[in-house]
Amino acid sequence: MLAADALPPKFQQWFASRGWSPRAHQLEMLEKARAGRGALLIAPTGGGKTLAGFLPSLIELTERPKRNAPAGVHTLYISPLKALAVDVERNLLTPIREMDLPIVAESRTGDTGEARKARQRVRPPDILLTTPEQLALFCAWEGAREYFADLRCVIIDEAHAIWPSKRGDLLALGLARLQAFAPGMRRVGLSATVDDPDLVRRWLGCNSPPPRGEGAGGGGAGSELTPPSPTPSPQGGRGSNIDLVLGSGGARPVVEVLISGGRVPWAGHTAEHAMAEVYEIIKSAKTALVFVNTRFQAEFAFQRLWELNDEGLPIALHHGSLSAEQRRKVEAAMARGALRAVVCTSTLDMGIDWGDVDLVIQLAAPKGASRMVQRIGRANHRLDEPSRALFVPASRFEMLECRAAADAILENHLDGEPPRVGALDVLAQHVMGCACSEPFELTALYQEIRSAGPYADLSWEDFETVVDFVSTGGYALRTYDKFRRIVRNADGLWTARNAQARQQHRMNVGAIVSPGMINIRVGGGKRPMGGRKIGEAEEGYFEQLTPGDTFVFAGQVWRYNSLVGADAFVSPAPNDDPKMPSWGGSKFPLSTYLASRVRQMMHDEREWAALPPDVQEWLTWQKVRSAIPNEGEMLLETFPRGKRFHLVCYPFDGRLAHTTLAMLLTRRLDRLGVGPLGFVCNDYALNIWSLRPMDDLDLDELFAQDMLGDDLEAWLDESFMMKRAFKHCALIAGLIERRHPGAEKSGRQVTFSTDLIYDVLRKHQPDHLMLRCARHDAATGMLDIARLGDMLARVKGHIRHKSLDRVSPFAVPIMLEIGRERAPGDAAGEMILAEAEEDLIAEAMP
Amino acid sequence: MTRFQPSACGGLRIHLANVEVMLRWSGALWLETECALVVADLHFEKGSSYAARFGQMLPPYDTRETLDRLDREIALLSPARLLFLGDSFHDGGGEARLAPDEARRLEGLAMGRELVWAVGNHDADGPKTLPGAVIDEASLAGLVFRHEPEPGARPGEVAGHLHPAARITSGRATTRRRCFVTDGQRLVLPAFGAYTGGLNILDEAFSNLFAGPMLAGALGPRRVHAVGPRSLRPD
Repeated sequence: MLAADALPPKFQQWFASRGWSPRAHQLEMLEKARAGRGALLIAPTGGGKTLAGFLPSLIELTERPKRNAPAGVHTLYISPLKALAVDVERNLLTPIREMDLPIVAESRTGDTGEARKARQRVRPPDILLTTPEQLALFCAWEGAREYFADLRCVIIDEAHAIWPSKRGDLLALGLARLQAFAPGMRRVGLSATVDDPDLVRRWLGCNSPPPRGEGAGGGGAGSELTPPSPTPSPQGGRGSNIDLVLGSGGARPVVEVLISGGRVPWAGHTAEHAMAEVYEIIKSAKTALVFVNTRFQAEFAFQRLWELNDEGLPIALHHGSLSAEQRRKVEAAMARGALRAVVCTSTLDMGIDWGDVDLVIQLAAPKGASRMVQRIGRANHRLDEPSRALFVPASRFEMLECRAAADAILENHLDGEPPRVGALDVLAQHVMGCACSEPFELTALYQEIRSAGPYADLSWEDFETVVDFVSTGGYALRTYDKFRRIVRNADGLWTARNAQARQQHRMNVGAIVSPGMINIRVGGGKRPMGGRKIGEAEEGYFEQLTPGDTFVFAGQVWRYNSLVGADAFVSPAPNDDPKMPSWGGSKFPLSTYLASRVRQMMHDEREWAALPPDVQEWLTWQKVRSAIPNEGEMLLETFPRGKRFHLVCYPFDGRLAHTTLAMLLTRRLDRLGVGPLGFVCNDYALNIWSLRPMDDLDLDELFAQDMLGDDLEAWLDESFMMKRAFKHCALIAGLIERRHPGAEKSGRQVTFSTDLIYDVLRKHQPDHLMLRCARHDAATGMLDIARLGDMLARVKGHIRHKSLDRVSPFAVPIMLEIGRERAPGDAAGEMILAEAEEDLIAEAMP
Repeated sequence: MTRFQPSACGGLRIHLANVEVMLRWSGALWLETECALVVADLHFEKGSSYAARFGQMLPPYDTRETLDRLDREIALLSPARLLFLGDSFHDGGGEARLAPDEARRLEGLAMGRELVWAVGNHDADGPKTLPGAVIDEASLAGLVFRHEPEPGARPGEVAGHLHPAARITSGRATTRRRCFVTDGQRLVLPAFGAYTGGLNILDEAFSNLFAGPMLAGALGPRRVHAVGPRSLRPD
């Protein structure tokens, strides 16, 4: 390990002038750089992580000998957040200015002005701070190879947040491209704590050295291409060029679970019962971040807290639907230390450091230990002081989950992610980008792409399919051969057809597809005109509202008046009770690790002692009235209630997997003549009700794994989820443009939707690449098929059936979910629910 | 007052300026007395026009799909006359881009029946090599057929061009469908082509045409649904 005096004197003095000494991991990063090694630095926030990433570059640039020709970019910094790139630019300028270093550092994001962008193109800064989308644009530049020829280092910030996503795929491909431009380039990742650093290393690393010399321009000019040998890339080589550097762990966080008023509600998602106590706790803290899982929960909590806020504490709201301006205001107020609390969603999971946060509150269960660790990391960036976190469970099962999460965090046992397989729609975009930049040779590009972690196992067949798709759309009907987007030139290399094709690609770069957003504007009446914009919401939200309905947004109650094009017009309705539709639970599935921990905790009665008395009583009566399943078992209960018969089972596999399971079970039950009428799911259980009893069903048959075959296919292809997934894939792959076809017909908008394209394609070429991509995305992201498959395998032969004469204590929460989705603020609804709740509890417990 | 009469075939029988016609759930119009089938706005080769003009590779199966739909109607009704009510091709180059197989299918449509192409704004010249008569407008059974509806009162006019669609609300649910739209005096047909979108019938392009209250015949799976003005919503 290097000693502190390994730093150049100027740097030593600078550290000393600030009263700092270089941290061990900062020196280790420098050592890796001098050895020419890539590195992944894992350190908690506040550990000087960003400086550790930049320090080697700052020193290298300072010691760089003078050259006659202007140098290119030396270090490229990439952050998933635009705001973070700008913030880091500011932070980086401090040491540069204070040490008077001859270094130019500039950011470039979608918001950067055209003049600055043009200047950067001619005179590259030494350090360029940017986003993954900008990198994708660089890769499509003509002349990108020359521009990045001097590149020595790429730093990826928040690597943990970006790698397991389509943006991560695109970024990995961009890195492979840069490596081909600048073979000496080092890759550096900065990450918060992750369970399996090897997965991030594999993603970040270069899997096989890029073939230098061979490829571009050489060989393969004939039209018959021989695929390179199909040997899989060497496992040992994966990510091994990335060394792991660990920052010191800091103090262990202090995590508590709040049991408000000594009771835990039976069901619910909002933790409304605990709000008064949460308010008191906020009062006792300097600055608190109050995390929730959905923006609706955020609105709800924000409103309740302000109802209690007699002292007028500055409490703000931050979520993805608020306008960018409003969010920036909140962030700025937070940075000034002007706020006492912010109610927020995952929008604040990462980002700019705020030193003064001393408490993180999680309302409702966190759903995963890793996310929670990152959220807790937002508090107390001084490493010697422990972060403080408080869980507020909203229901009894959540109580178990919070307990499990608190234990997991103390033991530093985080949820694992599955390895990432790169998406083919993203690959299609990248291939088009490469063709826009310079002509490529097919096998050379294939090798380059396979050097990117997520594409290490890409088959030649899939690669060819993607290239054919980029060129002609990949249709069995070859009508587009004469309109190819990429063509082979005289040398046999592939290149973009013309300037129009290049321009089109640049307009459509990126792997973020946001759902259609509707602007929320103030205005009413028959022909409302351009009122003030208060924010945005996903288009699906307003489909559930009827004009006249009231809802909470940005902390206020509004009446919905009308929807005109992409604008929803609303007027203030301060005195109304909000009717808030689409009140869902978490959008995150419960992590596999936490789920297994909850199952274990439930079964092991020694663990019960740590739980509040009412939860213990609930578990005890469950044991008496029905059963507590063993760790390896799944409990399934059948019982009559009213005129219906219920089947309730408890897989603990998250709402997504449960919903898919319930859909498929319902189809089967229908075929069995049971007459299923409906179902409801939460993270812990699912509940199906029917006309006829379900006590005598062959359960192994019912849960047989073959339900993931034809039943799934048949249902999936009709589902709106497939249509949505198709639209996203088609946008990313460039099949449709972000500006929709038909938009050129100005004035009268005779547009046609991607649903029409989907229907026609599904009918006439069901195995098309875009449908494959859409099926894959729907199966993983929206349906959690993999999780469901694991679950069906796990419970096979281990279903514990209890045929009961009435509802069990465990079943009460999921019974209460029936009809709950409507409106928590609706007084009549609440009353009906309250009555139903008393009834159910009386039935389940003596 | 217009009266919609459901028919066993899923269509709606209406009197249009005192002539009885059938609105089919496919989006076609059937004149039983004349044994004539009328379809509007087929927009053949719309998919390939995006490839030709913008290099955008939409699935090239729209012509095939539209022909499949047309074949189903022809098999059920055996029309002696087939009238395309304009914008049959999405652009003037569409005919030349037809896949050979689909060109043959189009030629086959003229076998044993009268095929008539009314021209529209997208295909002002009509087809160059395909069989059939090319006309501006046609009179049949006391009705006038043309692509673009003419402003003012035009009793007995049947047109296309506008691609009518209705956004329909019932209770909390909303759906958007292609539709026929009529006031009992004139009729606008929905677009028949696979890639054709729709214009909401509450757009002023429609209110300028109809004097009386508009009724929509919304296309559902296997049925045309009669929808009154109270259930209609703007987009």
